[in-house]
Amino acid sequence: MSAIPAERARAGQGATLSVRDLTTSFDTSGSPVTAVDRVSFDVEPGQVLGLVGESGSGKSVTLRSLLRLARAPAETTGSVLWDGRDILALPEAKLRAIRGNEIAMIFQEPMTALNPVLTVQRQIDESLRAHTRLSARDRRVRAIELLDLVGIPAAAGRLDDYPHQFSGGMRQRVMIAIALAGEPRLLLADEPTTALDVTIQDQILKLILDLRERLGMSVILVTHDLGVVAQTCDRVAVMYAGRIVETGEVGEIFREPHHPYTRGLLGSVPRGGTERRPLLSIEGTPPSLAAMPSGCAFHPRCSFRTDICFAVSPPLEPFAPGRQVACHHHQRVAEAGLP
Amino acid sequence: MSEQQRPSRPLEPPILAVDDVVVRFPVAHSMLDRLAGRPPRAVHALNGVRLEVRRGETLGIVGESGCGKSTLARTIVRLIEPNDGRVRFEGHDIGSLSGSERRAFNRRVQMIFQDPYGSLNPRMTVRQVLTEALTVHAMRPKSEIPARIAELLDLVRLPADAADRLPHQFSGGQRQRIGIARALAVEPEVLVADELVSALDVSVQAQVVNLLLELQEKLYLTVLFVAHDLRLVRHISHRVAVMYLGSIVEIGDTEALFSAPRHPYTRALLDAAPDMDPSHRTGRAGARGELPSPLDIPSGCPFHTRCPYVFDRCRTERPLLTERNPVQRAACHLVDFGRPGASIVA
Repeated sequence: MSAIPAERARAGQGATLSVRDLTTSFDTSGSPVTAVDRVSFDVEPGQVLGLVGESGSGKSVTLRSLLRLARAPAETTGSVLWDGRDILALPEAKLRAIRGNEIAMIFQEPMTALNPVLTVQRQIDESLRAHTRLSARDRRVRAIELLDLVGIPAAAGRLDDYPHQFSGGMRQRVMIAIALAGEPRLLLADEPTTALDVTIQDQILKLILDLRERLGMSVILVTHDLGVVAQTCDRVAVMYAGRIVETGEVGEIFREPHHPYTRGLLGSVPRGGTERRPLLSIEGTPPSLAAMPSGCAFHPRCSFRTDICFAVSPPLEPFAPGRQVACHHHQRVAEAGLP
Repeated sequence: MSEQQRPSRPLEPPILAVDDVVVRFPVAHSMLDRLAGRPPRAVHALNGVRLEVRRGETLGIVGESGCGKSTLARTIVRLIEPNDGRVRFEGHDIGSLSGSERRAFNRRVQMIFQDPYGSLNPRMTVRQVLTEALTVHAMRPKSEIPARIAELLDLVRLPADAADRLPHQFSGGQRQRIGIARALAVEPEVLVADELVSALDVSVQAQVVNLLLELQEKLYLTVLFVAHDLRLVRHISHRVAVMYLGSIVEIGDTEALFSAPRHPYTRALLDAAPDMDPSHRTGRAGARGELPSPLDIPSGCPFHTRCPYVFDRCRTERPLLTERNPVQRAACHLVDFGRPGASIVA
């Protein structure tokens, strides 16, 4: 634990991530599709931002684009300002000093993200060698500390185990340990608990929140589970068809959604007390990126639409302190309230 | 009480009964194990499960991976033969049905599968899928089949022109509707839905859930809803069975079970499910530790390795499912757990 500079965080060295007009398009067989469309948001030091949306909404591509991990044929434009530098414009060598070091990432599938033929020690060591100047002996000690930090019991005895000897939850802890090796100030977590059982998900989310607290990290949590957002995030950005359609503080969004899609999502999740009554569903399905509707991408599924929605794509605009929405009729949506 | 006000469902006789069913899956006995003299091992998927399903009710079966909920669903539709115990349909052991009885059972109890991509033949149009179901069970004379297909598509809210399309031309939610239409084609009385909506996006989940609720009422179906999502199970089910490592640890009316769980595992499961209210963030206890392997189920109470209330008896003696009140049964040595006013509460 000693080597993790909690002082650094306390000394106010946490950096702000500023994303502006992030756009990622894939050039598929001549017709480019835009997976992420002019996405802008900030993450303050120590903050947990939830990026929520359904499959194909662009939330995972957004996360990958932040570290230029969206590979060819993907093309990313816009800017990702981190600590005064634009990640998208950095030369590869400088980018490598940030990737895995200042900004680390964990993935949904802890089984496929770990190398099955290397011991856990080797995989943590790889990360420590890349991001620290510790000697071989110190790295082994550090690896034990890291496993200990993420709550793996009898850490010293598990170092030489292989990934298959760990359960799903424990593998995700190993992934987090590897991510922490570079002492990141920002953790990008792509659906880190989706593959896990609910009691194990609970443990992993608590671990991430606890590490945020102890290490002063910021976190971007990509998830499709609104319950996870409610319980772990400070702010949330709701994505639909590659765009952010609403942002704000979690409590406010859950209390008074201003975008019909957010409202629909919240209404789709059963809550206690409404047993066996119809849920507020959203008709239809999310659009294919290759066949985006005109105007507002949500209009084919929207019950609040009017003529303007067919023609004009609404920009994401502030309407209250800390709140933004991209909807022509957001006041009407807010007044409709939650069912 | 007038006829209409009486809660009719609980008074119905059970349509399905599961009597102390045991299912074991043997694990390959490797040469190394044999040389070392280790006995063959088996995954204990179901360890003496007993439950009844009443006609017209929705029974939710919930639990984490490896708890045996899917095995139970498959045993009930006779896809798996139990090693011990039996499943009865209207009182008759489904393992010893005659040929014609078996065909009738196969029609009256239908299963809908989790994977809307894998459970439909990619080369068959919706019309072919439905025609096959209708012909195999001789539901309609050939001349009436087109009309019946139109009726079924309408029932699950698919457009009429869906009939001549192939599965890949539909979204996941629409494919689940096709699966439901296929099951309903043979006019079943029981639907067994294994993780019906877990592969779907949440906005589409709600559509399918609404459809299932509506169809259940309209057709007076008995539904077994197997899922890991507590919120969904709560929303859909009249009663809920909670499974852990091959056993039912608690079963009861949905409202009672969710508001006052009588088993520590149910409590832990409820605590771990993320609350949709951001202003309600509690330092919840959850369950400590890992799920034990179903190859190596703990002695005594299967939950004792993770239970915050464990005491000596739990390690040696397996608790039986016993009645805690008229609507709730739990398998826990702590008879007081969750009882209003009891000293042991979470």
